[in-house]
Formats: sequence, C-alpha cells, structure tokens
Amino acid sequence: MFRYILRRLLQMVLAFFGTTLIVYALMFAGQGDPIQALAGERPVTEAQRAYLTEKYHLDATGVGGFFYRYFDYVRSLLQGDLGQSLTGRQIGDILQAAWPVTLKLALIALAVAIIFGVTAGVVAGIRRASIFDNSTLVLTLLVLGIPTIVLAPLAQYLLGVKWQLFPPTAGSQPTFYALLLPGIVLGSLSLATALRLTRTSVAENLRADYVRTARSKGLVKRRIVTVHVLRNSLIPVVTFLGVELGNLMSGAIITEGVFNIPGVGFNLFRGIRTEDGPLVVGIVSVLVVVYLVSNLVVDVLYAVLDPRIRYE
Amino acid sequence: MRVRRLAAWTALPLAVTLGLAACGSGGDGGSGGSDSSAVSIQIGEPKHLVPTNTTETSGSQVLAGLFSPLVDYDAQNKPYEVAAESITSSDNKVWTIKLKDGFTFHNGEKVTSEDYINAWNYGAYAPNGQDSNYFFEKIAGYTDLQGEKPKAKELSGLKKVDDLTFTVTLAEPYIDFRTMLGYNAFYPMPDAAFSAPGVLKDSYEQAPIGQGPFKMKGAWQHDSKIDIERYDAYPGEKPKVQNIEFRIYQQLTAAYADVLADNLDVLPTIPTESLSTAPTDLGDRFKTSPMSSFQFLAFPTFDKDYSNPDVRKAISMAIDRDEITKSVFKDSQQPARSFVSPVLPGYRDNTAGKAGEFNPTEAKKLYQAAGGPAKIVISYNGDGGHKDWVDATVNQLKANLGVDAVGVAEPKFADLLTKVEKKTPVGAFRMGWVMDYPTMEDYLGPLYSTNGSSNYYGYSNPEFDRLVKEGSAAKTQDEAIAKYQQAEDILAKDMPVIPLRFGENVFGHSSKVKNVEMDLFQRVNLVKIEAAS
Repeated sequence: MFRYILRRLLQMVLAFFGTTLIVYALMFAGQGDPIQALAGERPVTEAQRAYLTEKYHLDATGVGGFFYRYFDYVRSLLQGDLGQSLTGRQIGDILQAAWPVTLKLALIALAVAIIFGVTAGVVAGIRRASIFDNSTLVLTLLVLGIPTIVLAPLAQYLLGVKWQLFPPTAGSQPTFYALLLPGIVLGSLSLATALRLTRTSVAENLRADYVRTARSKGLVKRRIVTVHVLRNSLIPVVTFLGVELGNLMSGAIITEGVFNIPGVGFNLFRGIRTEDGPLVVGIVSVLVVVYLVSNLVVDVLYAVLDPRIRYE
Repeated sequence: MRVRRLAAWTALPLAVTLGLAACGSGGDGGSGGSDSSAVSIQIGEPKHLVPTNTTETSGSQVLAGLFSPLVDYDAQNKPYEVAAESITSSDNKVWTIKLKDGFTFHNGEKVTSEDYINAWNYGAYAPNGQDSNYFFEKIAGYTDLQGEKPKAKELSGLKKVDDLTFTVTLAEPYIDFRTMLGYNAFYPMPDAAFSAPGVLKDSYEQAPIGQGPFKMKGAWQHDSKIDIERYDAYPGEKPKVQNIEFRIYQQLTAAYADVLADNLDVLPTIPTESLSTAPTDLGDRFKTSPMSSFQFLAFPTFDKDYSNPDVRKAISMAIDRDEITKSVFKDSQQPARSFVSPVLPGYRDNTAGKAGEFNPTEAKKLYQAAGGPAKIVISYNGDGGHKDWVDATVNQLKANLGVDAVGVAEPKFADLLTKVEKKTPVGAFRMGWVMDYPTMEDYLGPLYSTNGSSNYYGYSNPEFDRLVKEGSAAKTQDEAIAKYQQAEDILAKDMPVIPLRFGENVFGHSSKVKNVEMDLFQRVNLVKIEAAS
C-alpha cells in the first residue's frame, strides 16, 4: 500500500511537470500582443511597451525563447515563487485570495450533490418505476438540459432579486448563506449525474446474487441496502465525484462570474482574456495538483469500498 | 480487512491535506458583509492606483476620491481651479502654478510644489513604465527622460519658486495646458510615497495617500473592495457621506442584480443586456448624462478599395444612424455626425455635412460613380458586444448600396490592431475614443494627426496637421477653437473615418442614495452623493 502511494506520488511529479510544459507551450504559442490586451482599447506608448517587454522577457521568441522562458519559470517555481502576473501582482497572492472561496463553493456544491443526489438515487433505485423514480428522471433530465449560463442568472433573478430569499451576489468574503445559492446552482449538474449513476448502480446490485443470498439468510432489508448494496454501488459514484471535485474548482467560471465570487475560475478567465501567460500557467499548475491528488484519493477509496481491489 | 482499514486511514489524511492545502490563508475573514452606513459604488478591479499609472475608469474613480485635481470642469466643461490658486501664463509656454494654501496629505504632510514636481518627474521617467507617461511629453526636457538609459531623471521644465508656487516650461506653447491639468496624471504624491528620491514604495499603491476629500480606510482588497472615508482636514467642498465602499465586480450583470435588490448603491454603467428593462426596473433611478465617448468606423486609407473619399462618404450616407441607435442601443447612445464629442467647447452639429445624412439613393449613385469595392468588410473585436450593431450596419449597406457586406470578428481588440498595423486587409474597422481632458485637440491630435497615437488608419493631411498645431499654439481660447474648427472642416472633406455614435453615461442607483451625478469621465461625483432619508 505504502509502496503504491509512493509510486503514485512519484508519477505525480512527472505528470505535474509534463502538464505545465504543455500549458506553458500552449500559452506561448497562442500569445498575440499581451501588452495591448492589457491596455484594452487605449493606445500603448513606446515607454510602456519597452518596460513590459523587458520585465517579462516578451522579446524572447521562437523555440530558444520558449525554453529560456519556461526554465526561468520552472526555476522560480521550484523556489516557491509563482511569479508576477502582467498587472504586477504576485500570482501566489492572487491564488491565496482566490483559493479559499472557490474551495468553499466546491465543497458546498459537492455536499449538495452527495446529500441530495446519492440519497435520491438510492431511493429511486430501490423503488424502480415508482412515481418518485419517474419524477426524478424528468427533473434530472431538465437540469442536465439547462446550461449553467442560463440556470445561474435565472436562479439569481428569481431567488435573489424577485423573492429576495438569498443575497443576489456573494462577494469575496461571503457568509455560508450567501454561498448557498451559487453552491446549489454549481452542484445541480453533478447532483443530476450522481443521482442517475447511483440509481442505475443500486438497481443493478439489488438483483445481484449476493443480495439474494443475504435476503435468504434472513437479513433485514435495511441492513442489506445500507451495508451490502450501498457499498458496492458507490464505486462508480466515488469515481465520478472525485473527478468532479477538480471540475468544480476549475470550472466554476460562469457561476463565479454571475454571483461575483472572485475565485479561481474568474482569475483563470481573466488570465486567458488578457493573455496573461504567467497567471494562467500558475493557476493551471495548482489545478493539476488538485486533480492528481483527488484521483489518488479516489483510487485509495476503491480499496476501502471493494475488498477485492488490492494495491501492491 | 487489515488492508482496507489501512487504506481508509490513508485516504482520510490525503483528503484532508487536499482541503487544507487549498485553504491556506483563508482564515482572516475580514469584515464580511458590507458596512450598512457606507455608500457602495461598483467598479472593476483597477489595474493600478498610482496617479501617473492610472488610465482606466475604475482606478480613476477611486483616485478621484483620494485626490483633489488642480483644475476641474464646470457645467460648460471649462476648467476652474480647485487645488490651484491660479494657473497663468503670458505666452502659453511658461506657466506659473500657484497652489492654494491649507491642503494637507492624509498623513498630515503639507502639500507643497515639490510634491507635484516629484510626482510628475516620476511619471515622465520612462524606466518607471508609467501608463500616463505621454501626458508629460509637452513639458520641456521630456525627451531626455525617455529610452532605456535616459540622460536625465528630472524634467528640466519644472522649477520650484517657493513652497506653493512652481513654473512649468513647455517645449512649445500650448493653449490647453491648463485644461489638461485636470487629468489624474497631474495629482501630487507625498514624500511618504517615495522610499528614495524618484523611487516609489511598492506599498504606496496598496493604500495611496492623497490630498483629496476622502482617505483610504484600510488597504486595497484586491478583487474585493476599496474602502474610503471622509478626510476631515480637507479644505475644499465637504462630502455629504462619511464612508464609501468601491465594490469590485467582475460582471456588470451581477452588479445590476445587486442594485435591483438594493444591495449596491450606484452602478455607473447599466449592462447592455439590461438596457431594455432597466427603465421599468429602476424607474426614476435610471439616469443618463453626457460623456465623451465617440464610436466610429475607420478605413485603412492605404487600402486601394477605400482610398477614395467618395467611397467613404457613400458608405457613411448609406448608414441609418438613428435607426441603429434606437433599435440596437435603445437610445443609450446618440447618433454622431461630427468628428469631436458634443461635450467639448467648440463642438458644432453636423460637421460631416451631407455625408452624415442618411440618403440611400444618393449613396448608391456616389458609390457606383466612385467605383467602391464589390464587397465591404467591417472588422470588430468579438469581446466587446459589437456584433449587433455591426450586423445591423452590414445589412443596411447590403440593402442600400447593393453590394455584398460582411462583419468579421477578431477575438480581441489587440488582435485587430496587430492586423491593422501589419497592413493585413481587414476592411473597415471599428474604433472608439474617450477623451482625457475636454478640448478639441484631445480628439483631433491623437485620432487624425499624421503621428496621432490612435491613428491606426494612416490618415495624413499636412494642412490638417498644420491647423491643429496652430490651434494649440494660439494666443487665446477663441483663436484656438477657430483653428480647430477649420481643421475639422478638412476632416469633413476627407472623411478619414465615419462618425457613428456618441456615448452617454447610462447609470442607475438604489433607493438608499440620492443626488447621484456622473461626470464626463464616467466617474460618480463623490462629493455630491447623499444618503436618502
């Protein structure tokens, strides 16, 4: 087990540098004129252009320039310095400010998905073809069909502005309550998927041989469902939720924008829009770590859920 | 069983580490909700808060609270002295600026002429990389501060006379210099801002110390908010509110939702999506006021297809501006038929003359006679909400000129400019301009002069350049305006660009504030605003 984790950790280091290299190369290749992008529609003066070019080595182009800038970046990264964004702020500071609020949002979304999605999925799986099952099917299809870009403003308008149940926006240091609406909106998509996955899995396992055996042994239904069926049904759901945690952290661009939450998604969007290479690479590097670690957690959890899975 | 338990014990700490690693410094919590007594105003995240490095609206809005300008502009947009006692010159070349006594910085330092000289030298010194560097180019000695290794660190044109007086010598006479001093690049900075002469402290920007009606309350909370409070030792007009919170939004739509719910007090720009519903949503809290933005269609004059002025005039006549401002912009912008903004002294209506009038039959005749291209391309940046009006314009050109026309989106404005600078054929392209200070020269110079900073279309007319130059060197304002107007008449003949629309401030506020006014620079007047009831 320890050797397995150690091996995975070593692979993570490799994967980390591989992905940063690719992301850095993509940003480098796609770079137009970041100085003008930063200035918006204002003309840029020669003095300003020369200053920024020198500061960020923007004149280092071509293959040689790329490796020069990449290794420069990696060297400071190894010293724990994520560098400066093109606006002159430390990327470490930006991430430090953005990270907690995004994490809170992602955890709320995940909790919503687990509490409602898995519970409803289990009930729907047990009572297949009941009214509950059919109505959740319709509801999940509906949620899966509405993109966040519609769902988020709609929820904001109805629940925030019209009926004033929730504050319309959350801001940078939100209370739990202010984050609840964005969290539910963000989690609704994972909720629907988690529900469908759990339902199918539970329904399938209920017909499995070991359930019949347990039943003929005379076990109470409650114990069969909670101990035997649920544990075995959770494997696909755990896989999904583990990957989803990464998605929720990186992919909240729309939700964070609508509810004015200056988190990771917003900074990523801003970085891409203003061609701020260092900022984008910095955020993506951290996201890579999140994905790698959450995948490792998922793999280890498999062993907990299914005794047949062993890591040597 | 043993393996499973072990695995569980491993998974748990891993999961916790993941969570904690991400939490980092999440603890401070801050003040959480907004202070209910503060008036909140929407801004975007400012790029910088150093006077000589701030050129966008959000930063300039914050600085407008923290600093007091040498001159401000009255209802006719003529300058009057605020922090200055007098600004005088006999030849428009050597200017004497006398400061009002009694102004102090928020740290208690007395404002002296040196604070102005130090700040301006800092802004003009090229290695400091200040955005507003070019504002100092009219001052004598500016060129010595440029380049990678400048010859000098201080402008030779700035001379201290006494604690409250200094003189500014310009390289050439410039009649509008006094008007220009209202721009935020000309604010002073205190000694406390510098760690050594000419070296600005990194921390200054996080909590700028100014001499204006408000002072910083805490530091700049990036991506979150900036709090300011009334500075009681300010000698000028006292603000009506004690605290102002500039709340930073990423999207205007989010801010709009907050205004509707009385969660935010002032939204200086109503998002385009909400323009049609805003008047009913907000009622009498939906307001408009003049501002200086000017949208136009530029032509690469080096492109043979568009080099004939008659082609450009014909295209102009084929565009129904009234229709577009009404249907696309819901009257939040006004049709433009002149080359400078209506807010300026010296502005005249319809200087484009016949070429500005919508006349499809004449347009078609003229277009065919001049041999215009069979296909008109209009390029625009796809990230600025320009698609709707470009499509409408393209359809009008198709219908009225009988040609093929198409709108082409470039991802960003920077991409468009790169293409134009490389002389890639992009067809006609959209441009916009917002003034820095209210004089005609601030439009004529950058936009249409041969060496204009925003003249991407290669328009060049020596006669025009001469008139603008003579105007800025004129003895009196009236004389200058007469020259500028003559220059504008040349533009009407040459039609290097097609004027399309003049912008307006379209803003809204909550029911908790009143007396919300906005100036020509899209800034809320912080001294006038009051809490309702």
